[in-house]
Amino acid sequence: MVVCDIIFYHMTIDLKTVKHISKLARISLEEKKAEKLADDMNSIFEFIEKLNELKTENIEPLTSIAETTLRFREDKITSDNIREKILKNSPEKNDDFFVVPKVVE
Amino acid sequence: MDVIMSKNNSEYLIERNDNIYEVVIGLEVHAQVTSNSKLFSSSSTKFGAEPNTQVSLVDAAFPGMLPVINEYCVKQAIKTGIGLKAKINNKSVFDRKNYFYADLPQGYQISQYKYPIVGEGNVILDMPEGQKQVGIERLHLEQDAGKSIHDIDPSNTLVDLNRSGVALMEIVSKPDLRSPDEVNAYIKKLRSIMRYLGTCDGNMQEGSLRADVNVSVRIKGSTELGTRCEIKNVNSIKFMQMAIIYEANRQVDLIEEGEEIDQETRLFDTKKNETRSMRSKEDAHDYRYFPDPDLLPLEITDEFIDQLKSEIPELPDDKKKRFIDEFKISPYEATILVSDIDTAKYFEEVVVKMGKNRDMKLAVNWITGELFAVLNNKNIDIAHSPISAKNLAKLINLIKNGTISGKIAKTIFELMLDGDIDPQIIVEEKGLKQQSDPKALEALIDKIINDNREKAIEYKQGKEKLFGFFVGQAMKASGGKANPQLINEILKKKL
Amino acid sequence: MKLQNLLLIDLKSQKKLNAYVTENFENCLKLSKEFDNKPNYDLKLPGIPIAVKDLFCTNEVRTTAGSNILNNFVPSYESTVTQNIWNEGGILLGKLNCDEFAMGSSNETSFFGNVQNPIAKDLVPGGSSGGSSSALAANLTPVTIGTDTGGSIRQPASFTGTVGLKPTYGSCSRYGIVAFASSLDQAGPMSKDVKDSSILLEVISSFDKKDSTSIDFKRNNYSSELTRNIKGIKIGIPKEYRVDGMPDEIENLWKKGIEYAKDCGAEIIDISLPHTSYALPTYYIVAPAEASSNLARYDGVKYGLRSSGESLIDMYEKTRSEGFGEEVKRRIMIGTYVLSSGYYDAYYLKAQKVRQLIKKDFDEAYNKVDAILTPSTPSSAFKIGEKSNDPVSMYLNDIFTVPVNLAGLPGISIPAGRDKNNYPLGLQIIGKPFDEQTVLNIAYSMEEKINYKNNITDWWM
Ligand SMILES: [Mg+2]
Ligand SMILES: [Zn+2]
Repeated sequence: MVVCDIIFYHMTIDLKTVKHISKLARISLEEKKAEKLADDMNSIFEFIEKLNELKTENIEPLTSIAETTLRFREDKITSDNIREKILKNSPEKNDDFFVVPKVVE
Repeated sequence: MDVIMSKNNSEYLIERNDNIYEVVIGLEVHAQVTSNSKLFSSSSTKFGAEPNTQVSLVDAAFPGMLPVINEYCVKQAIKTGIGLKAKINNKSVFDRKNYFYADLPQGYQISQYKYPIVGEGNVILDMPEGQKQVGIERLHLEQDAGKSIHDIDPSNTLVDLNRSGVALMEIVSKPDLRSPDEVNAYIKKLRSIMRYLGTCDGNMQEGSLRADVNVSVRIKGSTELGTRCEIKNVNSIKFMQMAIIYEANRQVDLIEEGEEIDQETRLFDTKKNETRSMRSKEDAHDYRYFPDPDLLPLEITDEFIDQLKSEIPELPDDKKKRFIDEFKISPYEATILVSDIDTAKYFEEVVVKMGKNRDMKLAVNWITGELFAVLNNKNIDIAHSPISAKNLAKLINLIKNGTISGKIAKTIFELMLDGDIDPQIIVEEKGLKQQSDPKALEALIDKIINDNREKAIEYKQGKEKLFGFFVGQAMKASGGKANPQLINEILKKKL
Repeated sequence: MKLQNLLLIDLKSQKKLNAYVTENFENCLKLSKEFDNKPNYDLKLPGIPIAVKDLFCTNEVRTTAGSNILNNFVPSYESTVTQNIWNEGGILLGKLNCDEFAMGSSNETSFFGNVQNPIAKDLVPGGSSGGSSSALAANLTPVTIGTDTGGSIRQPASFTGTVGLKPTYGSCSRYGIVAFASSLDQAGPMSKDVKDSSILLEVISSFDKKDSTSIDFKRNNYSSELTRNIKGIKIGIPKEYRVDGMPDEIENLWKKGIEYAKDCGAEIIDISLPHTSYALPTYYIVAPAEASSNLARYDGVKYGLRSSGESLIDMYEKTRSEGFGEEVKRRIMIGTYVLSSGYYDAYYLKAQKVRQLIKKDFDEAYNKVDAILTPSTPSSAFKIGEKSNDPVSMYLNDIFTVPVNLAGLPGISIPAGRDKNNYPLGLQIIGKPFDEQTVLNIAYSMEEKINYKNNITDWWM
């Protein structure tokens, strides 16, 4: 089977895409900033497009540089109740819970 | 009603305007792995603790905290894979599934996407129409999320992270299920297998077993799949069945009205008994999976797998086969007895305790009849049965060797319930021993025949029905303790 | 040991340099007195006050990662690397400024403001460990530690005339270090000379069960095994590091470095690392992708800044918009984009494949040589503001350091000369995986020959 190498010829990232991405990333953007960001991203991706020069169809992707396998931990409980420590930095104070704005499902 | 009430439990058909639709169901079951500590952290998994008391820095995703995998959870997943007769993958990869939610502290769930730990397998369902094989697509390990609580504080949602990071096995079936009954059988079978293996306690009230239900419909006979909807996180078999029925009919209605079905995630509202679109997660559907750089690939050797294989107990399908072969019980009876590991254990203990002169028929009948009725009534599981297997076996032996009659046995059984009393003691204390002395019984029968001379003559003239009358009189006269078999013999001789 | 001779000159004067985000001076003084009452000189860092990059979580001491979103965050735990330092007698002096979440090459992205390079006014100290390099060069800490994802230890070391070592990936635990890009991040020592870096590496490098990517290999006693005998060691010179538009000064520095290495007895061999020019584009996919996910936990729920919002989503969006600076947002956006559906294969998967090629380049080179010598940076330190509006030209700063992170190798930058403005320039020595000792030995030998001295005028006092 011939596996086709995916070469992505860069399309300009438009404002709509920037807004969609900012939604996914949960970062609100003002119109002006979104435009600037689109410009920045375009120049960065132009520079990234250089990778398209390389044929990589038969290359194994490298995920981790550490050439070992996953190490196991024993099934032991070593963490006690540290609720106070866990909650002490939370912005909305509550002794028992983390608190977020009401979620409607 | 336009649902065809097929006598066949293996299909659920809907008829509209001369079109007959079948429903196609696939399940993504989330089964909580039985383990002491969480998948990637060392905090406890115990159910029912005070909120946020079983949360480590890793579970709450503090800066710089890193996941370290629990070996036991990996073993549990592999064992489950073996139980599902599935391929165990020597190499699997943990990915991050990225989305924002209040009860997802990392902003991603560690799961397995492209390379799951377990590949294809299958499960056999025992349906009234016969056996049915359901394909398993895969099983992967992932983290559970925390819990959002909406009903304590009227203006906020509260988050409890005790569950956050608990190991789940997501077991994905092929779209092989065709009816709510099959879904019932499938979930029960999965649960049964995992309980045999000790990999998941299957406790649905505690959320140890939940499922995303994928439902689509198509004209019966068609081979193409329709557009499916995924009903998220349903936590009881009854709700799964209700959701499927509602959803299948909704989809058929849409098709009949000429409308398209949107592939979407829906929620089952248990109060209204309907499914509805989940708008809240609508725009967060691009999960941006990628291999978790904090974790290396999970590599498992064949020796590791073989070692686990050697630890696998006899599973329900094999046990059933053995029960049929060894104990000569019917497939139907065997199915019932193996369905739950504790029932099977109880039964096998009864068999052992009955000893050499065992009576399988009696054992099966007493367990699935009297005992099940009591357990059902009192809503207790067999592991906590008020009558031990040892004492039930004694009771059965007392019937078998003629010490007591079946009728008296029922009385004794009731008395045994009060503290698992030895039936032998009850027999002795209450003088319930069966009368089996032929001389005494002969005297008793002589008297009855004497007192009913006319009836005896009628019987001799051919009114055979009267035999029963004499048996009844004899039993009555003995206070129910007479050995019915002997009564029969003597009566036949004397009349 | 030299460390003890260091003068901690008037730490208050540091305000103009802005090297410290959080001062721990009072507490440090207290602990120092305690140490003096019960000294233990068997320890490797006996009573030595040490300030660390504010990316290391420190128990009960505010840890910000240079970000508004963690402005008020006080951890209840300690990073493994810093714990190792305290275990050997080090005392926390303070938390040093850095680029926000270590994203930057000039320390201009910190929420806590620019850091000045003590070399000259209005000069960047490099980044992201800019507070560390500045404090070190200005004698505001005797040694320090930084983190290096794409050059964040070596580039600021080069810009300030100091030594900075990025160890092999997996050498130092990442536990308790605010994550930027998990597959690239490494902590490492920064010091005035090679000897101190070897001591510090010995302290901070440890196998840690709490980090699944920590590697259990035999670690040397780097400082006691340090030697200037590098006779016959083969040093590779990669031709691809001769990039277009590289200033003559850098070219000349490199040539001089080659001569120094020869003087030390090393054998010089021309090598090729053919995929070098693809390293930066690869890095600018891999690092932002990982960062976009690593930074998802900063959502206003558990700790840090929360902006009020009408709904959960509104709260998230406002918190993250107000909590993160422009560069961080830019990288989260890039990372989110390259992982998003339809683009993953074209960008992320492609980058992982190219990363494999880059690693293979090094593997092959190391069949022929023991180490590689390159310039640390394509230029000397630049003026504050000079590059802050052009992200790509800023990114080019890391052109020589990034391939080392992608391949997970150890690399050190040592000061080796000056440019026409008298600003320091550094040379980089890259080693085989886990062979920090050779890297240190080469650096130690060359350091003696180069005999570089910073001449800092204390202009900020
Ligand atoms: Mg699902
Ligand atoms: Zn799942």
